[in-house]
Order: sequence, then structure tokens, then C-alpha cells
Amino acid sequence: MSDDPVLFGLYVPPHPHPLLAPEQNKGWGELRAAYDECRRRIEESEADVIIVYSTTWPSIVGHQFQVQPEPEWVHVDDDFHFLGSMPYKFKMDVEFGNAYRDAAESRGLHARTVAYHGFPIDTGSVVALSLLNPDNRIPACIVSSNMYSNRSETIVLGKAARDALKAQGKKAVIVAVSSLSNRMFTKHVEPQDDRIHSAKDEDWNQKILEFFEDGRLEDLSQLSRDIHGQIRVQKVVAYKPAWWMAATMGQHNNYDGEVMAYAALHGSGGAVIQLTPSKGSVGDKEFDEDDVEIYRGDRNVLVTAAGDMQAPGGVDGPLDEAERPEEDEEGWRNPVEVIDDLYDEYGSTVISHAGGALGAAAGAAIAGPVGGVAASIVAKKTVGKMMSKDGAIIAEDAPSAVGAYPHARRMGNLLFISGVGPRNPEDNRIPGGPIEDGDGNPLNYDIEAQTEACIENIRIILEACEADLSNVIDVTTFLVDMKRDFEGYNKVYAKHFEEIQATRTTLAIQALPTPIAVEMKVIAKAP
Amino acid sequence: MTKGEIVLGCLAPHPPHLVYAENPDENEPVSEGGWEALRWGYARLARKLKTIDYDALVILTPHWQTYIGTHFLGCDAFKSLSVDPIFPNLFRYHYDLKVDVELSEKMCEIAGEAGIITKMMRNPDFRVDYGTITSCHLLNPDWDKPIVTVSSNRNRHYYSVEVMNEQAQALGRACRKAIEESGKRVVLIASHSLSHRHFTTEAPLPEDMSREHIYNHSQYVWDMKVIDLMRDGKMQEFIDLMPEFTEQTMAETEGGGLTWMMAAMGMPSYPAEIYGYQSVIGTGNVVACWDPNEETRELVL
Repeated sequence: MSDDPVLFGLYVPPHPHPLLAPEQNKGWGELRAAYDECRRRIEESEADVIIVYSTTWPSIVGHQFQVQPEPEWVHVDDDFHFLGSMPYKFKMDVEFGNAYRDAAESRGLHARTVAYHGFPIDTGSVVALSLLNPDNRIPACIVSSNMYSNRSETIVLGKAARDALKAQGKKAVIVAVSSLSNRMFTKHVEPQDDRIHSAKDEDWNQKILEFFEDGRLEDLSQLSRDIHGQIRVQKVVAYKPAWWMAATMGQHNNYDGEVMAYAALHGSGGAVIQLTPSKGSVGDKEFDEDDVEIYRGDRNVLVTAAGDMQAPGGVDGPLDEAERPEEDEEGWRNPVEVIDDLYDEYGSTVISHAGGALGAAAGAAIAGPVGGVAASIVAKKTVGKMMSKDGAIIAEDAPSAVGAYPHARRMGNLLFISGVGPRNPEDNRIPGGPIEDGDGNPLNYDIEAQTEACIENIRIILEACEADLSNVIDVTTFLVDMKRDFEGYNKVYAKHFEEIQATRTTLAIQALPTPIAVEMKVIAKAP
Repeated sequence: MTKGEIVLGCLAPHPPHLVYAENPDENEPVSEGGWEALRWGYARLARKLKTIDYDALVILTPHWQTYIGTHFLGCDAFKSLSVDPIFPNLFRYHYDLKVDVELSEKMCEIAGEAGIITKMMRNPDFRVDYGTITSCHLLNPDWDKPIVTVSSNRNRHYYSVEVMNEQAQALGRACRKAIEESGKRVVLIASHSLSHRHFTTEAPLPEDMSREHIYNHSQYVWDMKVIDLMRDGKMQEFIDLMPEFTEQTMAETEGGGLTWMMAAMGMPSYPAEIYGYQSVIGTGNVVACWDPNEETRELVL
């Protein structure tokens, strides 16, 4: 069986016609039949969870995740209320919904869960889950589409789904609920007269279907802005489902694509499509835009481009004071930005200074929002190895980061490794024991075991960077009790680094964000 | 039959924060207050409304969005729970309301005769949008008058703000005619804010007023400009400016409510009564009304 956490992806329309009135129009009936076939395929799959991203669930305050265990209501569509009511009772995977939220937060997104009786689940999600999972055989997770978010947030949201799946060891069927062309007729149309709104919409829909059929999902993602400009009503900022679907399914073109049905739904383009990961591919992947791992905020793009009047009022305006996490008031800066700035400031020729400054920067970051959220996300396992020549690296087998930073970052011929503690990557247990209990009472711990584990974690991260301990140039170590622990730490250190002869700085500090005694960070030569 | 008339027009924004801050029995979440400038203004306008003799409230809300014409509530009563999909942490309101179906059908009919695409909403399971609930609660917390909700046709999404502005005016004129033919005394409500760019994060305590401010200065300047036009009785000028205002401030006026109400009221050239202005999660909100009766018209703020 494939290691991919996504078994297959579905693209389905949000309109209620296939659910409520399949008999009234041949195309609606074909969409319904395709939905039914998808239901059978899901039942036969080994999916643990169905993840639904619906364009008819807009959110404003970040992205929202439905975690009401069994939401139940009778839903009526705003436009198509005359087709009938849609009673539903769904089963949510609460554990996964929480994990997905945490993973999204770890990648810099604002995210929250909703669990309220009577919460209005959107038409698209109701239709999709009612038809794909009518008996609730598989628990579901529904995520909103933030109305202001654009490409970077949406791609990061998709990657966070993979993080959460890997962390929980689950397999998923993912469902993007969206039209192709979404221009509907603005007047009432008899069911037998339904057709795609215009020849242009039809042409573009056929083009999109061709891409889907060839399994070229990443290419569709790259074409998203063009598609939005051509055949999408400008009510939201972008055509996002292709971004989310591609990011959630691994960002490549290696899929078996199957267009199971395509028909007009009151003028819009409705399609039921399945994409299954495969080894084959049609053509090379196109890259028109940079990939993104962590959402870093809005970076003052409009301030530079259009002056103060546009920012922060524009869709991509910079983070306002009130938009930042509460802990911003402590002077938080994104650790990745800190590293970027320090690298720019110190350059690669003054490595020892840079190492010290980076250590200090990591400390400052921990004092900010990272520290604030550490308790809630420390148990989370951020996974997924993402590498490019220059850029952030997340090591699949290392302990999860306790904030919005990567395990490592490559710049030129150097690897900067974030501070690493001794936590066990599998279960977050601290080898040698924690330094204090939950009430803050000191415990007797083994500094040698903690140091061994630290170095092992560094080795794992270097391995993800295709390097090893022999590549290490500079080490900075932070000890919470220099007097007690230096000797034991120094003994273990010598065992591993005596022959490597890296430069080293050892500092006594007041505390670390988790109950550990030692943290180490290194700069290494990139292979 | 006596000729019906519009006895008051209210610009009544619907941030659920205002209901949350008030802690009415109908709303589940509990707050420590907040947004008093708006709530006190609303309370004063609600008191004025109590002194007016009227038969029904007719509200156009941007949170019942329809793309296939304009729809009208068509069942006698609705009783349910309204949960705001954006701020479910603030608004879970148990409502129990009556609809003036006769008036609703009349407006649907006359608008249809004017060439506007219309439809009656007859599904009893339909959940009334939270814009309707919020504005009506704040103006008439006793819920002792029937309402009619008119959906917001999203011409702005399909065509342009200019088209929205034209069609909303046509709908307003049709609704006025229907009201006159109905013989009823009606209060109109345009349920929306002015500038409408939200913050995309929320303070840990939503009612923490130290975190509340307008999203940016240009939004504020626009809001003040249009409030001055209201105060000066220059509503035709405002409606002419509406496309630019809506584009510049992402304003909720895109839903057509204010344009519809002003057209129904014949583009008032008398001053609006301004009851309060405040931001809510970055959006600009004014509570205002237009009183056609010169004897009861006040200079409030």
C-alpha cells in the first residue's frame, strides 16, 4: 500500500440538485450517479477520515474546523429552497479536526475549531457528505475557506492537512467541493433547459477537465489565477480549491484522473472527478510561482507597492496590531524572518557571531507567541520532508517544532539548525526524565541521557538535510543548570564531537520552553 | 383603503457583537459588554421606534444572499436557532418571529411586474439569516411586530456595483409602490455596516475594547464623508457615489440595502438622524434613521 496519507481525492459540485432533484434533469442524474459511485469507492477504501474543503463555507477569522461530534440540523439553501430541505446528521473526527487546527497554526495560519449546536454547515458540505458518506461509516472533517485568504494561506492549509494525517497515522479521502465555472443564470430556468452559462465557460471547463483527466493537479493549481479570472464570479479573491487540493495531495502531477460526470447546474459547471496517486505522469510539472511552507503574514506588500492608503486595507495588507497573536506585544518576530535578517546582517563569514545571535534570536522567539502556544502544540508531530536548495526544511523523523519555525534552513552552503531539545520524536517523552513535574517541583533527571538525545535529534535533522554530524561547524548549547549539568553534558559531547572539532559556545539560561535541561543548535556545512 | 406609507427608514448594522455585548436572554454566549457607542445609539433609536405607529418592519439583509433574483420570506412564522457562521462564539440566538406574508407577497408581485426577478420563500425549514435577527432585535427587542425579509441579490458579484445600484433602486421603487397599495405603515431597515474590511483575527476576549479600532484610516475617512452626506441630507449624492464607496471600502452597501431604502424613500433631502458610529472588528458602523415626518425628526448627534 502507498505511504501517501491521501488515498484519493474527489472534486464535487456544491449545488443541491444532485441530492434533491436528480430526476429532474439528465445531467443532474449523471452527477448523482457519479456521487453514488464515489460513495461505493469510499466504502471500499481504507480511509480513516474524509476531509472536506468547501468553497461555500466562507470564514473571516482565520480558517475554521468543524469539531461538533455529531452536528445535526435541517438545512435549506438560500437560493434553491424550493427544491426541498436537507436534514443531516454527520459524524466528525474531532481528534483529527483538532490536530488539523494545530497543524495549521504550526504553519503560521490563524485557525480555530467550531463545536456549536446549530452551527450552519454550508450547502456544499451538506450535499457532499450526505451523498458520499450517508451512513457516517467514516468520520469527517470540514474546513472553511477564508474569504480573504489567497494562494499562500490556501496552500499552507493543504499542507497542514498532510501534517495532521501523518501525525495521526491516518489515511484520508479528501473532497474539494466547488464548481468549475461558477456563473449561474440570474433568472429562473426550467430543469430541462439547464446548460452551461456561456460558450466561454464551457471551453474553460473542458480545459480544466482535460487537466484533471491527465492527472495534472499541480498544473491546475499553477493555473488557478487564470481560471479565476476567466470563469469565476469575482465574489471571492481567488479560485482556491485547486490550490488546497494540490497541496493536500502532495503537489505533483502523478495521478490517475477520472472525470466521472460533468453537467450544468443552473448554468455553473458541475463535475465529479476522482484523482488517485499513481507513479505515472503526463508532462513535467510547471512552476510559475514559488512554493510556500509557512504562512508568514502579509509582508507589507501593498505598503511598498501602493503607499499607505492601500495598506493594511487591501486584501493582502500587513498584519495589523490587533491581528497579531496576543503575545505580539512582547515584541515577537517570526523566527524565519529573524534568521533571514541575521543572515543578511552577519553574512556567512562571521559564523561565530551569527551563531550567538541566532541563539539569542531563538530565545526571543520562544518568549513571544511561540512560547505562548508551545504548551498546546508541543505534543504535535509536524512531519513531511520539504527540501529545496535554499529554504526551510522540516525533518520528518525529528521531534516537532514548538512554534512556527522549521527544523533547519539552508542558505547557500550552510545549514542553520533550530535549537533542538532531547524530546523523543515518537512520543515527546524526555529521555532522562523532565526537570520538574507539572506543578513546578524539581525532579532528578539524567543530563547525560538528555544530551545524548539532543545530539541524536540533531543527527536526524542533519540526515534530512543529507548531512551528518561530521558536517557541523559550530555548536551553541543552552543549559538550565550549568553547575549541576556541565560535567555530564561535556562528557557526552566529547564522545560525539571530539574528532569533529566544531567551535562551541555553552550558555547558562534561566529556562527552556519545555521541562528539559539542555538545548543545542548547530550550524553545519551543507553537502 | 388608506394609502400605505413608509414611516421611518433605519440604517441598522448587524454585527452580532452588539447582541453578544447586550446579553439578552435569547442569546447563548455571555459577555462583559462592549461597543457601547453603537448599542446606546441603537437603544435610543429603539425608543423612538416605540413612539411610532407602524404595522411591519421590512428589512433587506446582505446575509440572505441570492443569485437568482430577489426572494421574500413567505411563511407566517419562523422559530429556530440562529448561529452566526463567522462568529459562532458570539451569536447563537433563539428567535421566534412573525412574518407579514400579505405585505411580502405584495412586494414580490409588484417587483415582478416591474421586471425584477423575484421568488417567494415558502420552505418552513428555512433559517432566517443572522443579519435580520440582529438588526430586528436591536431595533425591536420585543419582537412585537411582524417582519418581511428581502434577500440581497448579488448583482455586484455578477456584474458591477453600478448594476447593483440601479437594480436596488428599481426594487426600492417597487417596494414603495407595494407598501402604498398595501395601506400599511411600514418601517424599512437597511441592515449593514459602512466600510467593511474585517480583521482576520479576533482578540482573546472579543469585547476587549482596547483592541477595537477601524481597520485603516482610509476606511474611516470614507465613513466620515458619507456620514456627512447623510447629515446634510444629500442622499442622492451619496447614492451616486455608492459604487466608488463600495469599491474603496469593501462596503456592505454592496448588498444594495441602503440604495434600496433610499430609493423607496424618494432619496431624502432632509438630514438623517445619526445615533452613533463605532468600529466592530475593524468595520465601520453607523446607526442612523430618516424620518419623513418633519415634526418628529430630531437632531440627535
